[in-house]
Amino acid sequence: MQINMTVNGNEVTSDIEPRVLLVHYIREVLGLTGTHWGCDTSNCGTCVVLMDGQPVKSCTVLAAMAAGHDIRTVEGLASGATLDPVQQGFMEEHGLQCGFCTPGMMLTARALLDKNPHPDTTEIRKAISGQICRCTGYATIVRSVQWAAAHPAGGDTDATVDEVIDGTDTAVEDIAAETQDAEVKS
Amino acid sequence: MQIPAPFDYVRATSVDNALELLSRHGAESRVIAGGHSLLPMMKLRLSRPEWLIDINDLYELDFILRDGDKLRVGALTRHTTLLESDEIAALFPIVRDAEAVIADPVVRNRGTIGGSLCQADPAEDLSTVCDVLGAEAVIRGPAGERILAMADFHRGPYETAVGQDELLCELRFPIRPRAGSAYEKVERRVGDWAVGAAGASVTLAADGTIADAAVGLTALGLAHTVAEAAGLLRGQQPREELFVEAGRLAAAACDPVADQRGPIDYKRHLADELTRRVLRQACARAARTQEG
Ligand SMILES: Cc1cc2nc3c(=O)[nH]c(=O)nc-3n(C[C@H](O)[C@H](O)[C@H](O)COP(=O)(O)OP(=O)(O)OC[C@H]3O[C@@H](n4cnc5c(N)ncnc54)[C@H](O)[C@@H]3O)c2cc1C
Ligand code: FES
Ligand code: FES
Repeated sequence: MQINMTVNGNEVTSDIEPRVLLVHYIREVLGLTGTHWGCDTSNCGTCVVLMDGQPVKSCTVLAAMAAGHDIRTVEGLASGATLDPVQQGFMEEHGLQCGFCTPGMMLTARALLDKNPHPDTTEIRKAISGQICRCTGYATIVRSVQWAAAHPAGGDTDATVDEVIDGTDTAVEDIAAETQDAEVKS
Repeated sequence: MQIPAPFDYVRATSVDNALELLSRHGAESRVIAGGHSLLPMMKLRLSRPEWLIDINDLYELDFILRDGDKLRVGALTRHTTLLESDEIAALFPIVRDAEAVIADPVVRNRGTIGGSLCQADPAEDLSTVCDVLGAEAVIRGPAGERILAMADFHRGPYETAVGQDELLCELRFPIRPRAGSAYEKVERRVGDWAVGAAGASVTLAADGTIADAAVGLTALGLAHTVAEAAGLLRGQQPREELFVEAGRLAAAACDPVADQRGPIDYKRHLADELTRRVLRQACARAARTQEG
């Protein structure tokens, strides 16, 4: 069957089998491999893309069902060379380690901030509660989204690679402080 | 990689068109709403429809509408819409209680109330919610429309009264004065199906006694509401000993199975404890509407 949809602002038209899932359509037909594919069971959330601005798990949506809709993937976050504040936030606050969960996390964060520009940490944690990160422990992801909320127009990221490596970047100190806090409490 | 078996796909343009497509394509055709129960089953090849009739364009089935003493909710209303509706939260706080713990926010952007009820998984939270609120299901088919009480809608696990050539179109919830309701669920982790859950709805008489009450359980092996608890509560002043006794009756009435979510005695304990909590909360909420 023939389908048309908008992906990151571009009209796309393809001839596909109705059983093709949106995640495979995006990755294999369109070649946009930034959208990751993990559990395949709508649990991990790495496959999240925005459909008409709302996060959906693209492993559980047929490409045919997305026809006529507006899809945004992680490749559609930056405009040209300018990163989305959410992407900057993830850099600034170390919101990723292996990066597997990151595309889904960033798109959910984008949708959250579009709806609620000043979410508190509980709202951020709730928004990403359908997504799993096996690396970061979530604290840095939450802080990355907070960074984006505090910098709606983006901004120069102030952490240099050197600061990150030698641990003098503030985000690293914050984590250390938080970990100590947690230890004191327990 | 989980890929569904091949099928043909068509988008319905109206309810009548969906009914016509269901009749035309016959027994091997299925409607798809949010797809968050059907697609996982198709990916596992537990379900292999030959035709999928997509009803996501039927905005006429996506509404929340107050109509006299009924609140009408279209079958295509998404979980997220239900969760965020202040009107529903004011009239039926149990809906917001339940929606906050159904799956996760991203799944809730797709899943619908109609799909939840038609899926009829024993762990489906909205089934219990509709049971205790005394909802009616509006079903349309080639022969026209019929309206069923929840007791007649449910036919057991994964089975409902909705025929192959029919569509669930809306749910109607009776709005009653001095009413309160609540839902509480125990889950292993955020977004998981219930280990066990309970829902309650009560209405108070003008003198503050319980005029009517319904208690339902999710994933605990009880398809209908706990009739014994309703009988016990009616005509009584809400009080702790009553909630404790209702909890005991709910635990005795349920029939849970041991699985990876827990052993039988633990689940019975949940039936008991959660029944007490939701009754306490539902009565407190009903009393507050009386004050206000
Ligand atoms: C990871 C995950 C976690 C979940 N956790 C929970 C949970 O904790 N609690 C819970 O209650 N649910 C949970 N769900 C299920 C979720 O609520 C589903 O969205 C819901 O069960 C089905 O709704 P749907 O619109 O996606 O239905 P679909 O998958 O589209 O359809 C389900 C069935 O209903 C039929 N159908 C759908 N609409 C109609 C209609 N209008 N008329 C006739 N037949 C119809 C379909 O043909 C199909 O047989 C979870 C789902 C996932 C993926
Ligand atoms: S791959 Fe879609 S939720 Fe995990
Ligand atoms: S960064 Fe590795 S899974 Fe999140």
